[in-house]
Amino acid sequence: MATSSVAGDIELDRPNLEDYLPSDSLPQEFPRNLHLRDLLDISPVLTEAAGAIVDDSFTRCFKSNSPEPWNWNIYLFPLWCLGVVIRYGILFPLRGLTLLVGWLAFFAAFFPVHFLLKGQKMRSKIERKLVEMMCSVFVASWTGVIKYHGPRPSTRPHQVFVANHTSMIDFIILEQMTAFAVIMQKHPGWVGFIQKTILESVGCIWFNRNDLKDREVVAKKLRDHVQHPDSNPLLIFPEGTCVNNQYTVMFKKGAFELGCAVCPIAIKYNKIFVDAFWNSKKQSFTMHLVRLMTSWAVVCDVWYLEPQYLRDGETAIEFAERVRDMIAARAGLKKVPWDGYLKHNRPSPKHTEEKQRIFADSVLRRLEES
Amino acid sequence: MGNASSMLTQYDIEEVQEHCNYLFSQQEIVSLYERFCQLDRSAKGFISEDEFLSIPEFSLNPLSKRLLRMVDGLNFKDFVSFLSTFSAKASVQQKIELIFKVYDIDGKGKVTFKDLVEVLRDQTGSFMTEEQRERVITNVLEEAGYTRDCTLSLEDFTRIIDHPGLKMEVEVPID
Repeated sequence: MATSSVAGDIELDRPNLEDYLPSDSLPQEFPRNLHLRDLLDISPVLTEAAGAIVDDSFTRCFKSNSPEPWNWNIYLFPLWCLGVVIRYGILFPLRGLTLLVGWLAFFAAFFPVHFLLKGQKMRSKIERKLVEMMCSVFVASWTGVIKYHGPRPSTRPHQVFVANHTSMIDFIILEQMTAFAVIMQKHPGWVGFIQKTILESVGCIWFNRNDLKDREVVAKKLRDHVQHPDSNPLLIFPEGTCVNNQYTVMFKKGAFELGCAVCPIAIKYNKIFVDAFWNSKKQSFTMHLVRLMTSWAVVCDVWYLEPQYLRDGETAIEFAERVRDMIAARAGLKKVPWDGYLKHNRPSPKHTEEKQRIFADSVLRRLEES
Repeated sequence: MGNASSMLTQYDIEEVQEHCNYLFSQQEIVSLYERFCQLDRSAKGFISEDEFLSIPEFSLNPLSKRLLRMVDGLNFKDFVSFLSTFSAKASVQQKIELIFKVYDIDGKGKVTFKDLVEVLRDQTGSFMTEEQRERVITNVLEEAGYTRDCTLSLEDFTRIIDHPGLKMEVEVPID
């Protein structure tokens, strides 16, 4: 009952875990005949289980790191208090006001354009600019100090951008420079409203990660989108979930099967003022934004890396791994062999079965020999 | 945003340390406490079955269901005491006793043929037939001088699996 069968059928594009795991994590083969001791001694399996209870690389990916406290000292404490007053009493209201004015200006311009210029080429151009502007307002609302390295993406077909994912603000940060069309999970609340009304105009595609049918539709939409010459560049977060910017989980292979150039983007946040990781299980996106808006600044580096192409004889998974290597190296992330969706689902029983198969094989072989 | 470790006082740590026969250092206990709180997501004071299974590396383990019967619902002290068997300082005898308990899951003090088959079933799943499993176990039992009607006591068990290669150690990461 632990590993439900539901987890099995929604994993349409889940790569095979064994392709990623180092070979020594699989059960060892015994060289000799089978003795009672070998059968009774289950210590390797128990050690593995206890090891996972004490520490596991998967949970580490989603651990928020609270900033180092520096206000412990009696001399620093008043300074810290002053900081709190400034951040919450002055910066926060000012930033809230900026955001409000930004939104009002945005809506005042967006809706007339959206409804009056129906069917005209101008419309999408203006909407694109407006969305970029709105994202700049967001970035300003947390005093985003963002350094962009490398050439800025231009609008042309047959390319897809992939980036590591820490928070929904990744999208805002990238969007303020280039109006990307993004593939994202459907959200409830005001984020969902923005998704439906505004972001659809730049060609964003929404889906529900637990809905199999949705995912098929999305796969088709993706293919159409990259072929279309007028569409905005496509942005995908292939991890499919927010990771704490110290690790990177497996890339879903969907983005790497489109048969076009894959342009990696590496995003690294500096945790000096605030941890930009959005722990969606603990915090709503609104609270996440408030946390960012009450910090001194969000410091971040963005690297646009060399476009990559599928090599001869390379599978989509190998390609995805190669791109993940590049992003991990640039942003200083550690790679782990886990699927980010395990945050929501149990791993499929397939992986346990693989372990059982190897063990059974070795027992049977030795049974025949003796 | 209270720091979890600050909630353990020196007394608490010493109490836990005593409970696990000083197999863990104080720092290790602080680390384990952080881990415990992390796994106990709804802060009820114990880790539920579901929370254990949310660790993919654990839930993939062929023996996870059997182990759950031992660790499900443990409070922090017993959680530490369970893990202390995997400390490098724990004696080989203690480790063997734990393995024995995994076999003797209902605590009757002896391991029967049926227990052996059950553990092998967890480990091999559908890749061996029930018949093959029974044959394997009968074979190795007879080779070691037992029959399938024998029950193994802890002493038998110790005699069989105590060897220098037995290594069952897990290191507690300290930040």
